[in-house]
Amino acid sequence: MDRVASRNKKSPFALFLNGAVQWFRDNMGIIIALIVLCLFLSLNPITKNTFLTMKNIFNVLRQISTNLFLACGMTMVIILGGIDLSVGSIIALSGCLAAGSVVRYNLPLPVALLVGVLVGLVFGMFNGVVISRTTIPPFIVTLATMNIAKGLAYVYTGGSPVRVVTKEWQFLGAGYIGPVPTPVIILIIVLIVTALIMNKTKTGRYIYAVGGNAQAAEFSGIKVSRVKFLIYAYSGLMAGLAGIVLGSRMYSGQPTAGEGAEMDAIAAVVVGGTSMAGGYGKIGGTLIGGLIIGVLNNGLNLLNVNSFWQYVIKGIVILLAVFIDYIRQENKEKIKVNIKGN
Amino acid sequence: MQNALDTHIRRFATPCFKTRRKAGDRLSTNVLLQMKNIHKTFPGVYALKAVDFELRAGEVHAIIGENGAGKSTLIKVLGGIYAADQGEIFIEGKKVEIRSVKDAQRNGISIIHQELVLVPYMTVAENIFLGREPMKGGLVNATKMHEEAQKLIDSYGINIDAKSLVRDLTIAQQQMVEIIKAISYNSKILVMDEPTSSISEKEVKFLFETMRNLTSKGVGIIYISHRMSELAEICDRVTVMRDGSYIGTRVVSETTNDELISMMVGRELKNYYTRDFQEDGEVMLKCENISDHKIVKDVSFEVRKGEIVGFAGLVGAGRSEVMKCIFGLTKGYSGNIYIDGKKVVIRSPSDAIKHGIALVPEDRKLEGLYLIQSVRFNSTIEVLKDFIKGIFVNRKKEEDITQKYIDMMSTKTPSMEQAIGKLSGGNQQKVMIGRWLATSPRILILDEPTRGVDVGAKSEIYAIMNNLAKSGMAIIMISSEMPELINMSDRIYVMCEGRITGCLGHKEITQEKIMKLAAK
Repeated sequence: MDRVASRNKKSPFALFLNGAVQWFRDNMGIIIALIVLCLFLSLNPITKNTFLTMKNIFNVLRQISTNLFLACGMTMVIILGGIDLSVGSIIALSGCLAAGSVVRYNLPLPVALLVGVLVGLVFGMFNGVVISRTTIPPFIVTLATMNIAKGLAYVYTGGSPVRVVTKEWQFLGAGYIGPVPTPVIILIIVLIVTALIMNKTKTGRYIYAVGGNAQAAEFSGIKVSRVKFLIYAYSGLMAGLAGIVLGSRMYSGQPTAGEGAEMDAIAAVVVGGTSMAGGYGKIGGTLIGGLIIGVLNNGLNLLNVNSFWQYVIKGIVILLAVFIDYIRQENKEKIKVNIKGN
Repeated sequence: MQNALDTHIRRFATPCFKTRRKAGDRLSTNVLLQMKNIHKTFPGVYALKAVDFELRAGEVHAIIGENGAGKSTLIKVLGGIYAADQGEIFIEGKKVEIRSVKDAQRNGISIIHQELVLVPYMTVAENIFLGREPMKGGLVNATKMHEEAQKLIDSYGINIDAKSLVRDLTIAQQQMVEIIKAISYNSKILVMDEPTSSISEKEVKFLFETMRNLTSKGVGIIYISHRMSELAEICDRVTVMRDGSYIGTRVVSETTNDELISMMVGRELKNYYTRDFQEDGEVMLKCENISDHKIVKDVSFEVRKGEIVGFAGLVGAGRSEVMKCIFGLTKGYSGNIYIDGKKVVIRSPSDAIKHGIALVPEDRKLEGLYLIQSVRFNSTIEVLKDFIKGIFVNRKKEEDITQKYIDMMSTKTPSMEQAIGKLSGGNQQKVMIGRWLATSPRILILDEPTRGVDVGAKSEIYAIMNNLAKSGMAIIMISSEMPELINMSDRIYVMCEGRITGCLGHKEITQEKIMKLAAK
């Protein structure tokens, strides 16, 4: 009771500080991993002059932004107890259609970009309708839409990139606002919006409720299918956004873009401590997870590691990160059981 | 049917244990197991303090106590999961060291845990011989395995095919397979942890028959249960534990329910049931011809303001299904629902909540709780709109609501951030009830409100129900516990095979009448 009272007296800043401390505590394992990784790269003789430069850091952030857009949607989907495999292919389709809108139909840029985002949203809504209205597992549904979206991207482009050469087109992915790359600004907005949805809205609570115990949620009068629909739609929307940003960065819509991107997003979410079983996870963890994967990619490039070996190393790091977290949870669990005593 | 009825009457019609078989009939003096002066501490908790326990050959010995009394810890010490800090264990007079599960098995101790641990997609025989399959030329000798398993099953007069898949069996049959598996290790000491918590009454009877069969072969059974009524039927002696201490051992036929309860809670529970009966309120909920076209057939009833209406019946009689219709959980049911005389349409739980109905479900772990979430999350999930507006969360109000119902229900929790899965059954149930009271319901439906709840908390829940009724709430209580139905209900509707077979007023309720209607 005292604790509650004193807490309410604290200023907004103190509350924010509390939140930050909590965030650090929750994600201690992976934050330390990230710091170690950064220290290694900034002290290593090969990379020390290149890694810790403003240019390189913004470069890393620019590269991870698309992955983190996807990961924002994916975090919610996974907490809900589902999975969305279609996001990588949606990136390709969204980028191609947006680029096509500019090049083939001469649509104004904002409309073209909107087309790209809407393609993602429509696919997400389709996933959402099927998953919430039927009992077909999300894995199967999104596996199907993954193929559909990828196929459509190839059909539309005939397999070759749709090039866009205007300066305006490049602003979204390759441009800057002040000294900061545009995608980084978008990423910050997306992270804030996602964090607000997850932590501050009723829908946010419902995600945890449905993911933790769908039947109980039904008994609670929560409209489970509506929650599912909204989250898959959001995930699709994020994929659409990632598609236009990536397309802009590559000066073209490419049917091969975003290949395997869904797996990188899942990796970021899982390294960030979200439970694949559903019901538990935080967007703050996903952010660190995405950063670890981004810094690792960047570091391996700077170290001139053979790109085939990069996959192997990335796989090992993902396993290690999750394993460390697993051990920590296990220990915590043990202590609690012992205290309870029966 | 007549037979089943007799059993029910016998089970329920023994409020004290005097009518049972005489003490010592079966009590041999052959001591199988002796645990002496067992101590066990965990960081910060003295879990077992000088506990003594004795089990004789051929007896069923119950261990009872509230949640946290140390029953499970004692069993885990016996089963080799925990090592005792101090104390000695003797088996048939010989001192033994039990340091691991293997040690326990070697000494003839088998434990059947509350959660079944069979492999669903394997056959009964494969499960029984898991890890020690009979081999022939490096391959599993399936024929021999199934033959031996069948022989074993038949020797207990159980009707299960050794070749059937475990997933196709009923829960009770699965339990039988567990027991046979345990016995097939030549165990002399069998521990059963709440074996009846998830099976129907018919299956309970079957389980008890098997237990008697075992004891007649000299096996000693340690039986852990929350159900007092079962002690009379199956147990010879009972040991009571409280707060990690040994309180005492009684011969079941020489003690009373009241004595055992006061031993368990450590004080006289004067008013175990609190109930001020009142019958003259106006009709608040009226249901006409409710059918779900599967189980529920043409059910009509009414509930008055300030009334507690019990719903009695055997498992599968359709009581929960009726409530699922009224709460909007069943799609496509037919019938009319009136609240305060006005017809209402309820197609989803949110409709029901809007009309002031609350449903505390039967299986709180499956249908109610978000186990890894906090007490706060679980308490407020129904009333988010009271403190979340858009993206603005009034954290103080949320905590106030949580605290209000923690206080009102006297829920014991270290803090409101505690994960609810770590609380005891009674405290979980209190949070569940509090969650629904936060919606200020006018009609409260409680499905098995005290299942898996220890005695102290039970009594508290009864008192709260009484207060709610007094404040004008209409309460429906589905229960399989006769004493609770009889002592708490103003009226009881009895259901059988989806229909209401009778309604008994408070003054005319007896167990015999209920059972006759329930088995019509």
